[in-house]
Amino acid sequence: MRLKFDNGKLSGLLLVLPGHEQSFLDDMKNFEFPESRSLKLMKVMGYDKHRLVKNDVCSSDLVIHGFRHLFSSTKLDKDSIDALIVVTQSPDYFMPSTSSVIQGELDLKRDMLCLDISQGCAGFIIGFIQALSLLSQDCIRRVALVNVDVMSRKVNPRDRNSYPLIGDAASIAIIDQSSGTEIWANLKMDGARREALMIPAGGMRLPSSPETAKVEDSGDGNFRSKDDLRMDGSAVFNFVQTEVPPLIADIMDFSKKSDSDIRAYAFHQPNKFMLEKLADKLGIAREKVPMDVVERFGNNSGVTIPTVLATNLSSNLLASQGLYCLAGFGVGLTWASMIMPIGPLEFCEQIDYP
Amino acid sequence: MKDQILTILQDTRPESDFANSENFIAESLLDSFDMVVLIGELEEQFNISIDGADVVPENFVSVEAIIRLIDSSR
Repeated sequence: MRLKFDNGKLSGLLLVLPGHEQSFLDDMKNFEFPESRSLKLMKVMGYDKHRLVKNDVCSSDLVIHGFRHLFSSTKLDKDSIDALIVVTQSPDYFMPSTSSVIQGELDLKRDMLCLDISQGCAGFIIGFIQALSLLSQDCIRRVALVNVDVMSRKVNPRDRNSYPLIGDAASIAIIDQSSGTEIWANLKMDGARREALMIPAGGMRLPSSPETAKVEDSGDGNFRSKDDLRMDGSAVFNFVQTEVPPLIADIMDFSKKSDSDIRAYAFHQPNKFMLEKLADKLGIAREKVPMDVVERFGNNSGVTIPTVLATNLSSNLLASQGLYCLAGFGVGLTWASMIMPIGPLEFCEQIDYP
Repeated sequence: MKDQILTILQDTRPESDFANSENFIAESLLDSFDMVVLIGELEEQFNISIDGADVVPENFVSVEAIIRLIDSSR
């Protein structure tokens, strides 16, 4: 599906990272694998440190901390927010929505739209598309797009498949009405492959119970329960390598842009190995594809693209306008990309959640 | 080449008996993360670049399958 917009632009971006940092060398103590095997994997995948929430910190806690920073530093007027979109797979509750929790805690105005979207690694693109759609209404002049996940709470520390790469984070992107900014997007979804990334228990299909909480050997030396995230690493890898290159080729064709027009590629960050292979397959210089988010912060799901923007690319985004290609791919399965001019941003920064 | 690949496999998973295996994946001698480590070693030692789309279990079930993968990656 191809989508075209010319009614909005990214104005500001804040990244909120948990202050607690954990190292892969510490994680290794929980794994049932020989140390030498884990160390080899560390090198290839780019594992080093990841930022994780402590104890019972919820998605809304990170987001509220971020908004309060923006309000107190006068970077954002809270009454200017006409819509709040929260993209998350780790909501505070089944009901109400996490966007409603945030609206209430921050005492935002009532004449606004609060909306949750259940999406993961493609969630920044999907949320951005939704924000631009809302901005076509006269009464919605500013959307706050929040991406947030605390997935470390749903990954078993004894699961070497998933735990070392997971990170927690939140981002707040301010998207304003603006005419003349051309934005191209495309997306695809395939629910037939939904089990490649899944938390089997905890919903209505299989409610959490003492039985689903039992931690078991998955057969390959990884331990997890049905309440934990389960990832078919091989299937996900193959999905990315086969589906994403045509997606990027399609967005280039749709926008009539080429690699020389693109200042940088802000891709979802599954791991260094996968991104190196992807860059090579696309025939683009690895230097134009930041790929160290897993190494520095962990794969923080829908926040990886904002993490690239707010850390690797922030100085450029604050200084001047450039054309960027964004792509997200993961749970659903969902894959989506976007080409748009970004900059100069009013703010683009990173803060820690204590 | 066969001996070189077997050596790389044994270095990756010293506890596994690759020489007497019919299918490395079905017999759980290799998992998806071992495949990733293995690719790094194969690319370095054979000076090749393996296409990401070729990183599928079928290409790692046996030494013969790995040889075919190396040949197609040259």
